[in-house]
Amino acid sequence: MSQPEPTSGSSTSPPRVALFVTCLVDLFRPSVGFAAIKLLEDAGCIVEVPSQQVCCGQPAYNSGDTEAARRIAKQVIETFCEFDYVVGPSGSCMSMLRKDYPEMLKDDPAWSARADSLSQRSYELMSFLSDVLHVRVEGISYAGTVAYHDSCSGLRTLGIKAQPRQLLSDVAGLELRELQDAETCCGFGGTFCVKYPDISVKMVSDKVGNIDMSGADTVIGGDLGCLLNIAGRLKRLGKTTRVFHAAEVLAGMAKGPGIGEAEKT
Amino acid sequence: MSAQPQGFQQRAAQALSDENLQRSIGSLKGGFVAARARAVSALPEFEAMREAGRAIKDHTLDNLDYYLTRYEAEVVRRGGHVHWASDAQDACRIIRDICARVGAKTVTKGKSMVSEEIGLNDALEADGLEVIETDAGEYIVQLAKEAPSHIVMPTIHKTTSQIASLFHEHHRQYGFEHHVEDPAELIGQVRSVLRGKFFAADVGITGANFLVAETGSNVIVTNEGNGDLTSTLARVHIVTAGIEKVVPTLNDTSVLLRLLARSALGMDVTSYVTYSTGPRREGDLDGPEEYHVVLVDNGRTKMLEGAYRPMLRCIRCGACMNHCPVYLSVGGHAYGWVYPGPMGAVLTPMIAGHEKAQELPHACTLNGRCQQVCPVKIPLPDMLRHLRHDQWEEGFIRGKARWGIDAWAWLATRPKLYHAVTRTLVGIGALLGRSSGRFRRLPLASGWTTGRDMPAPQGTTFHAAWAKSKKQG
Ligand code: SF4
Repeated sequence: MSQPEPTSGSSTSPPRVALFVTCLVDLFRPSVGFAAIKLLEDAGCIVEVPSQQVCCGQPAYNSGDTEAARRIAKQVIETFCEFDYVVGPSGSCMSMLRKDYPEMLKDDPAWSARADSLSQRSYELMSFLSDVLHVRVEGISYAGTVAYHDSCSGLRTLGIKAQPRQLLSDVAGLELRELQDAETCCGFGGTFCVKYPDISVKMVSDKVGNIDMSGADTVIGGDLGCLLNIAGRLKRLGKTTRVFHAAEVLAGMAKGPGIGEAEKT
Repeated sequence: MSAQPQGFQQRAAQALSDENLQRSIGSLKGGFVAARARAVSALPEFEAMREAGRAIKDHTLDNLDYYLTRYEAEVVRRGGHVHWASDAQDACRIIRDICARVGAKTVTKGKSMVSEEIGLNDALEADGLEVIETDAGEYIVQLAKEAPSHIVMPTIHKTTSQIASLFHEHHRQYGFEHHVEDPAELIGQVRSVLRGKFFAADVGITGANFLVAETGSNVIVTNEGNGDLTSTLARVHIVTAGIEKVVPTLNDTSVLLRLLARSALGMDVTSYVTYSTGPRREGDLDGPEEYHVVLVDNGRTKMLEGAYRPMLRCIRCGACMNHCPVYLSVGGHAYGWVYPGPMGAVLTPMIAGHEKAQELPHACTLNGRCQQVCPVKIPLPDMLRHLRHDQWEEGFIRGKARWGIDAWAWLATRPKLYHAVTRTLVGIGALLGRSSGRFRRLPLASGWTTGRDMPAPQGTTFHAAWAKSKKQG
């Protein structure tokens, strides 16, 4: 990966970036975290992983427990405030930091400005690589026909659509296919997928139908929640379509088992 | 109309296994969604127009008392009457009284969602009146004794052959003996049956897409022209409208009409746009002898005060449901009341009460597509999240859903403990799931595993792996 062109004023010292791991990556797929670190370090960042971090608070926020979500938001702000940037491999979690924290804390004089400040320095991984660091991927290959799944928060709240496609276009051997109804939700929706399993399964079945139709042999995306959902449905149907997080592919680390695959396939 | 008793989950499950329904709603995607996309991309200023539409509505809502009083004065000045109804019962009573006073026997109705909301047909029929819906879709659901399942296309849940059977059963009395399936012939039957009713009607009731404060006019849009016949041929024309329907000027309606036709049907303009203002004047060739407007509050003033004010911008175009993957999976009847889809999931708890619609705000992935297509930029996902918050605060969310979040939040605010606990659980999960890479059944997550496998964790948590690699590095 090539070094970023220095942006004005930041040419002297490399940016200090904190990785926001996200709970799903922490619990289910640490390799996404390591891939994110590699991508950021290759791009010239100094990466740290604050050990006090847990979750962005979205489960509480979307369940209506705004008070608990605020407590967690403050904990996140406290943990990450001293870094130049906070970057995470999830459009959904990073939407919380970027859009929801300022909204949640706007009437709290002690925290409102801090929430705004963190918001301005918080980025989803691929938009950070692309929009802020202007990196180009070099020397990475993936042999496959790939469908990119646009996750809803990333797409609509953070405007992430061109960035992953542009980064992936430099991966040798990778052929990108567009999905029909690409902007339709996959049915994950956090707790929605277990509260309304019938509807959720119907939605992910539609998504998997479109993946099949695209002829892609691999699905990748920027949010592990959607990817667990899609991989889970593909596996249940006995399909061999592989599923990876985009960071793994971009870092050249999509060599081991895909999501839902056994070790040593 | 009162909300149906059975829960959302059951109605949704029924809908998912109803093949006819699945086929019918499936047609929305290729049809109106594609048509809207074409209409929007053909109009470069569409985004600017959405912003203009939002601004018109917000300005009106900020000054609603002024514009409503202005509207009332203009209606009265032109010989019409304005009635204020605080709730559904009040609205029905006012309309029943008018019908009784003029000795009505037959009432024709144009399409009106607010009349569904207040349960008007039932109320009038209880008084012995013959009530005939004149919008073809509403006519069909009335025959079928069903509720509309979409606010623009009431019969989107029905197949043509279901409609054909319904007509075969009910139209024999009008001399249509044969079972026909040709849509043009079916529409021909409706036209022929309704023609007689239009002329027989004593009272014609319509809704209003907009009420114009500067002229006292009401505006309705249709594609069948039935609205005009309903409002002009009966002796008495009654307009029913929510108080949020008022806009300041005729110019404002031109912006909103352009947004409405494109968002609802992907059309540049609907076939009929009808402005009616007051009763027949001297020298007019036609028009009603009496002109009444019933302005319905039914919970709207309450919405005006709080966080839900943006919901009152709604122009009932239906785009949010056409683009909602939940609506497209379960159809409108699953929502259990008059308003389905994202707008219904907000309006139903607000109007019918949380008790009757507790599940609706939760039956959503918050994917945001509805907000993206809403012509007046209503932040529907924020409204739904806010409703969840209100339910949480008011104690509606109980049991597993509540203590699950409580326990998780407690743990999430204790990082050291959280990492120790998750490290252990992930270790066990990885061990059990290593051989296949996934779980086919999980006792604690059966909601997930009914239709999906659960991918197994990789081996340890990221934080544990990271700490280890730091030590080694
Ligand atoms: S909420 Fe917006 S998109 Fe939905 S019906 Fe109302 S105006 Fe149309």
